[in-house]
Amino acid sequence: MSEKSTQEQSLEDLYAEAQEHTINVGDVKIHAKRMGGKFRNLKWASNFLWLIFFIGPYLRLGDRQAVLFDIPARQFHIFGITLLPQDLWMLSFLLLFFAILLAVVTALAGRVWCGYFCFQTVWTDVFTWIEDKLEGTPAKRRKLEKSPWNAAKIIVRAKKYTLWFLIALLTGISFTAWFTDAYQLWVDIFTLNASSTVYTTLLLFVVGTVFLAGFLREQTCFWLCPYARIQAVMIDDTSIVPSYDVSRGETRGRLVKGKPTSDDQGDCVDCNQCVAVCPTGVDIRGGQQEGCIMCGLCIDACDSVMEKINKPIGLIKYASWDGIMGKKEKPLLKRPRVWVYTTILVIALSGVITGLTSMEPLELKVLHARQPLFVVQSDGTIQNRYTLKVLNKMNKDINVSISVDKANDFQGLIIKGAEKEVTATHGTVTAVTIFVKVPRKNLTEKSQDIIFHIEGTDALGTVYQSDRNSVFIGPKR
Amino acid sequence: MSEHNPFPDEGNTGHIWDDNLRELANPPPNWWMMGWYASIAFIIGYIVIYPSIPMFDDYNKVEQTEDGIITGGITKGVTGWTAIKEYNKALAEVEAVRKPYEDKIAVMSAKEILADEALSTYVEHSGKVLFGDNCSACHATGGAGNPGYPVLADDDWLYGGTIEQIQATISTGKKGMMTSHVATLSEAEIDTLAHYVVGLSEGKTDDVKGKSLFQSKACFACHGMDAKGMAALGSANLTDGIWRFDEEDKFASAKRTIAHGVNAPGDDKTRMAEMPQFSDNMSEADIKKMAVYVYKFGGGK
Repeated sequence: MSEKSTQEQSLEDLYAEAQEHTINVGDVKIHAKRMGGKFRNLKWASNFLWLIFFIGPYLRLGDRQAVLFDIPARQFHIFGITLLPQDLWMLSFLLLFFAILLAVVTALAGRVWCGYFCFQTVWTDVFTWIEDKLEGTPAKRRKLEKSPWNAAKIIVRAKKYTLWFLIALLTGISFTAWFTDAYQLWVDIFTLNASSTVYTTLLLFVVGTVFLAGFLREQTCFWLCPYARIQAVMIDDTSIVPSYDVSRGETRGRLVKGKPTSDDQGDCVDCNQCVAVCPTGVDIRGGQQEGCIMCGLCIDACDSVMEKINKPIGLIKYASWDGIMGKKEKPLLKRPRVWVYTTILVIALSGVITGLTSMEPLELKVLHARQPLFVVQSDGTIQNRYTLKVLNKMNKDINVSISVDKANDFQGLIIKGAEKEVTATHGTVTAVTIFVKVPRKNLTEKSQDIIFHIEGTDALGTVYQSDRNSVFIGPKR
Repeated sequence: MSEHNPFPDEGNTGHIWDDNLRELANPPPNWWMMGWYASIAFIIGYIVIYPSIPMFDDYNKVEQTEDGIITGGITKGVTGWTAIKEYNKALAEVEAVRKPYEDKIAVMSAKEILADEALSTYVEHSGKVLFGDNCSACHATGGAGNPGYPVLADDDWLYGGTIEQIQATISTGKKGMMTSHVATLSEAEIDTLAHYVVGLSEGKTDDVKGKSLFQSKACFACHGMDAKGMAALGSANLTDGIWRFDEEDKFASAKRTIAHGVNAPGDDKTRMAEMPQFSDNMSEADIKKMAVYVYKFGGGK
């Protein structure tokens, strides 16, 4: 259908519609023309990656959801890994990783995220695809926009809004499903048993999706999105971005049948197709600009015209500014920012990996009672009170014994409250209060280090243990 | 302000200062007007839904009805929501969680509560407020004690450290008693006894002079032949390292206590040591909780 229209149209047809497509200055709605091509296919492929977002919550692992961000229980399940609030520090490395990944990709190949992966781009693309299927080509859409409300317009608009609404609703449900049991969620939503949080989330997603992807569209990238501004400053003369080959294209001029071209005329035949297909309505021939999300659709458009007029393709192509200007391009590995970014990426990634691999199934935290710091007992011993917090990240309870390492430093040390093994409940923290008594004469300092040790054996005979330093406090010496 | 308007066609209000500084009659932007109308609609909706205007009716009137408390005011709101109802509902939720524990505490003895791990943990966590309100002014948070007020976290108890004895002490209160000896003992004798007592607390037992005076002056009547005190009387154990009246100068502290006693009538230098009776201000269940809470400071026997 309309996706093939450019290929089927003659150059004269293209010229005829050229004035309809204007550069986006925000005063009129952009209706981009849709056409096939290499980058169009790539865009569909990257769009489909978002299916993970829709399908992911329904994967199961054993008797629970494979990936579940269980906020009420303060547990994140990511396949076999369970993360507790204590592991939150890994998130900072993960965020650093993605922030730098965004930067490094931008520096090398421009706004890849914006052009192919961003939800704003993808949802807008799908929404306008529906619009294109229902309302027709950009010319028809513009006409429909101006036409009065009649039965035909109401029907076609109702169809469009219904489809938009359904996609938006599905988006909201899919988002929510990552945070609660996905199958139960569907039942709850439609039996009106879901919590107000769920309905509020759905409402926000439906309104937000329809408004942002259906109505605001590229204006979001222009005026709302901070990434657009940040990413633009990361690009330099060596970044490979969709570019118009100025020296080859200029002086641009229209081809007129039967009229010879002048000597200084370049390859650009001024058909305006690059503007027509641009989802944000910019003119790439003006050079790199903030509105360009670098999706490559103008490359498809220009190549199809170049083929039509028997000129080599690539008047608009992925190229660096240095390349376009005929300068020698710096090899990838000789650019300092590649190395700086890679270093940060590796550090961030190794932080996450270290965190995930060194996660101890059993963790001990020791809180020394502050009031009183110590108590003198009637037999002259000094007693300190500690709260031991045993975090059990396994999925089974385990019995642990509590002891004090380096007991030799404290002659006559006695632990009260740790006579029996303590059951550390799985997936949470078990608190145990214990008292440690040391004869006053055996203390050498006002505050001495003491190491607590817990150890437990599970049903399979695997030994889990954890140590934690604390202090033993006595009277002034 | 200028009399004649030099800018007649631009829609100004006619307010012109300094020849050309003028106020235009531009309408407010659409979005602003929409926000304004939305605010009005919100207020009307709010007044319909919630109690809002406390006039014409006595709004201080508080009426207890079956489904909660109704207050006065002209608009009561169609939903019947009041802050007090919401508070009562939230309180009921908390009490529903506490109920299984509180029901058990009501019928169990303090000793049984202590033996029940779940209950004693509950008391340990929930007793902090009760202890803070009633006890920590004197005994300090965590039973750390204050100058003149006993440490509760140690294992030295004037009136006994079993759970029953702690409960009885909280319930009935205690008033320390030791007679004033300033009239019956000479200064030298007081010095001798004070030396003896300081020695005892440091584990010395070879002070023959002090020991004989301790016996001849009948100190043992209250503190016992072994000077370890008697829980029934609340007399102090003189042989351990813990001082009821803990001062930097132990000798001076002992001298003052021996000379002027504790709560001795007619002696204005006497020591004050009084634990109030809590059975009037605290429920039986709360006293049990405090006994368990104090016991778990680490000194209970």
